[in-house]
Amino acid sequence: MREEIIVSGRNNPLIDPQLHVWHWEIPTYLFLGGLAAGLLFFAALYYLRGKENEYRTAVKIAPMLAPIALALGLIALFLDLHHKLYFWRLYTTIRLESPMSWGAWTLMIVTPVSIIWSALHIKELFPNWDWKFDFAKELIGFFQKKKKVLAWIMLISSAILGVYTGILFSAFNARPLWNTSIMGPLFLASGLSAGSAVVIWMSKNHAERKRFAQLDLMIIGIELFLIIHMFMGFLASTQVQIDAVNLFLGGPYTAQFWGFVVILGMIVPAILEGLELKGYKIPVAIPVVLVLFGSVMLRFIISNAGQASRWLY
Amino acid sequence: MRYAMAIDTKKCVGCSDCVVACQTENDVPIGYCRDWVVEITNGTYPQLETELRSERCNHCENSPCVRCCPTGASHYSEGGIVMVTKNECIGCSACITSCPYDARFVHPEGYVDKCTFCLHRVKKGMKPACVAVCPTKCMYFGDLDDPRSEVSEVLKKRKYKTLIPEAGTKPQLYFLI
Ligand code: SF4
Ligand code: SF4
Repeated sequence: MREEIIVSGRNNPLIDPQLHVWHWEIPTYLFLGGLAAGLLFFAALYYLRGKENEYRTAVKIAPMLAPIALALGLIALFLDLHHKLYFWRLYTTIRLESPMSWGAWTLMIVTPVSIIWSALHIKELFPNWDWKFDFAKELIGFFQKKKKVLAWIMLISSAILGVYTGILFSAFNARPLWNTSIMGPLFLASGLSAGSAVVIWMSKNHAERKRFAQLDLMIIGIELFLIIHMFMGFLASTQVQIDAVNLFLGGPYTAQFWGFVVILGMIVPAILEGLELKGYKIPVAIPVVLVLFGSVMLRFIISNAGQASRWLY
Repeated sequence: MRYAMAIDTKKCVGCSDCVVACQTENDVPIGYCRDWVVEITNGTYPQLETELRSERCNHCENSPCVRCCPTGASHYSEGGIVMVTKNECIGCSACITSCPYDARFVHPEGYVDKCTFCLHRVKKGMKPACVAVCPTKCMYFGDLDDPRSEVSEVLKKRKYKTLIPEAGTKPQLYFLI
C-alpha cells in the first residue's frame, strides 16, 4: 500500500485534485485555429488546381469565415494569458523549440493572408462592394496579380497551423496522454474535416457538396485510423502512457471520448454522409453540426484528460 | 558552474520550516508555495516505511519549461538555475503544463513563479533560505563542478536518487536515501 501525504503544497495534483491550468480558452482557440486552417487549406488547394469556379464556395466564400474564426481564436488565447499586458513579448523573439512561439508566428502569417484572400473575393458576397479609396483598389489589384503566390503561402501556412494545433499538446512529455506525435496529424485531420463540413453546409452547388462529402468521409476514415494507432502506440508504451490512455479505456473520460468524439463526431456523420452520397435525403445540417461538435469535443477532451495524466513518483 | 541541492530524506522530519522560510524570504503570496514537503508511506502494515521529501523546482539541466516558453522568459541563469523574468512572461502557462514535477504556479499578479534556488542570496555567498533554516540541517547546496563543495562531498559519500529521471529532464535535486 502506498500512501502519500503532502504537508504543504500548491499546484500539486494531490492538493489540487489535478493540475488544470488550461481551461476552455486553449481548446476553443485550437478548434477555431483548426477550422480556419481547414477552410484556408481547401481554398488554396482548389484554387491552385484551377477549380475556383467549379468549387466556388470552397475557394471564394467559405474562407471568409477564416479571419473571423482566427480573430475569435486569438481573443480566446488572449483571455487565457494571465500576464496580458506583456502579450507583445510573443513577437519580440522566435523560439524554435516552443510550439506556442510557432503558433504565434504562424498566426501572424495566416491571419493577414486570410484577410487579403477574403478581400479579394468580397464581391462574390456583396456584388456592389466598392473599395472607395484608390490605394485600396491598387492594393487589391496588386494581390490579384500575385494570387498564385498568395495561394501557395496560404496552403503551406494553413497546413502548419493545422498541425500546430496538435503539436501544442504533443510537445509536453510531462502530460503522458499528450505525448504522442499522432496529435499533430490527428488535429490537422480534425481541422480539415471541420473545414470541409462548413463548405458542405454553405455550398448550394450539388457537385461541390458531393465532392466535399467524399473528402470528409475520407478524412474521417483517416482520423479513425490515427485514433486506432494512437491507442496501439500508447498500449505498447511505458506504464505512464498505459495509465494515461486508460483514462479513455475505462477511466473517467471513456464515455465522453468514445461517445462524443468517435461515435457522434465521426462515425454517425460518416454514415449520414455516406447515405447522402447514395442518394438518400438527409438534412445536410445534421452531419455538419455533428462533425463540428466532434471537432470541438476532441480538443476539449484531449486538453482536459491530458492535464489529468501525469508521471508517478 | 552547476548549482544543485542534496536533501537528506533520512534526516528530514517534515516540519515544513523550509516552506515557511521560502514564503517569508521570497514574499510568496498567501496560499502559494515554491517548495513543499511530501510524506510517502510504502509497504503493508506492520512493515511500513516512510520517506519525507522537501520538494521544489529541480532546476533541470534539460528543462522542458525553458524549451516550451514562447518568449524566453523562462531561461537558464547562473549555474544552471532556471529563472523566470517576470516582465517577459505572458502567463500562457505552457511551462506549468510542461513540468513533470508541477513545480510552477501562476502568481496572482499574472506571471509564472517558482523556486529560484534563492539566486539573490546565492549571489551574495549565502545559502538558499530553505537550506539555511532547516533545523535538522538535512539540505546541502552548492556547485557540483567544485569537487569540494558541500553538495559534491555528500553525494560522494551517500546513496541518492533523483525524481523521475526517466522523464529526461536531468533534475538537479538529489535525494539522499
Ligand atoms: S522542475 Fe519543472 S520548473 Fe523546475 S526546471 Fe524542471 S521542468 Fe522546469
Ligand atoms: S507562462 Fe511565462 S514563463 Fe511560462 S511559458 Fe508562458 S511566457 Fe514562458
